[in-house]
Amino acid sequence: MPIDPQVIGTELPEFTVDVERGRLRFFAKAIGESNPVCADVDAAKAAGHRDLPVPPTFFFCLEMERPADHPSLVELLSIDIRHVLHGEQGFTYHAPVHAGDRLTFRTKITDVYSKKGGALEFVVRSTEVIRGGELVAELHNSLVVRNPEAAK
Amino acid sequence: MKLKLPKITRTTLALYAGASGDHNPMHIDLDVAKSAGMDDVFAHGMLSMAYLGRLLTANVPQERIRSYSVRFTSITPLYAEPTATAQVTKVEDGLTHLDLTMELADGTVTLRGTAVIEGELAA
Repeated sequence: MPIDPQVIGTELPEFTVDVERGRLRFFAKAIGESNPVCADVDAAKAAGHRDLPVPPTFFFCLEMERPADHPSLVELLSIDIRHVLHGEQGFTYHAPVHAGDRLTFRTKITDVYSKKGGALEFVVRSTEVIRGGELVAELHNSLVVRNPEAAK
Repeated sequence: MKLKLPKITRTTLALYAGASGDHNPMHIDLDVAKSAGMDDVFAHGMLSMAYLGRLLTANVPQERIRSYSVRFTSITPLYAEPTATAQVTKVEDGLTHLDLTMELADGTVTLRGTAVIEGELAA
């Protein structure tokens, strides 16, 4: 079923997440990051950070930390997760963010369109990341949904 | 600037799924991947973006990164050995612009992007 363009402008319920040191250490390990600044608080402080820094792409991970009773975009639009590909991802950074910070995520669907006769659909969203009233980062995301049926 | 990454294994993807919180089964569950017509699981696009992020933060203090954006142009298959590359395209108004790519050993480009850095790269 095609995604209804009426969903453009829909805001997902905002939520708040705490940035945890353990998550940042696990993420550093998973991406092969061996810089001690990413795992050792003393090394981070020696390098001028308040605490372990949030690496550039980790905001995308935090954005997935929505509470269990909040639907994800994929659930909200009844998209089959098996058919989703990541199209584009962008980050704009306004202030450094560290472990111990509490962040609020506000996401809005900004565009929905299709290509190749509906065989590919695109869902575009923007997210603001706010810490204590200050905009610290923005995310821009485009998902591609493959529709094998429409391609026939 | 270049960063050659080790081979992407199933363990790489399992660890990244857990650490990132992206539990999409297409990246970790062969049965689900096959049910969607794929031969095997494939890497998270955001794993490649995180690798390129490593290349950036290894060369620039992170607080100077103003923006970082990519377009995923091809799937990264299991056992791929990608190389991340960043190249300065211009320095203008106190900002350094970089072009970014992730390329597999067979020449497939899986990701193209840009980053904007405050100031100039350290000599």
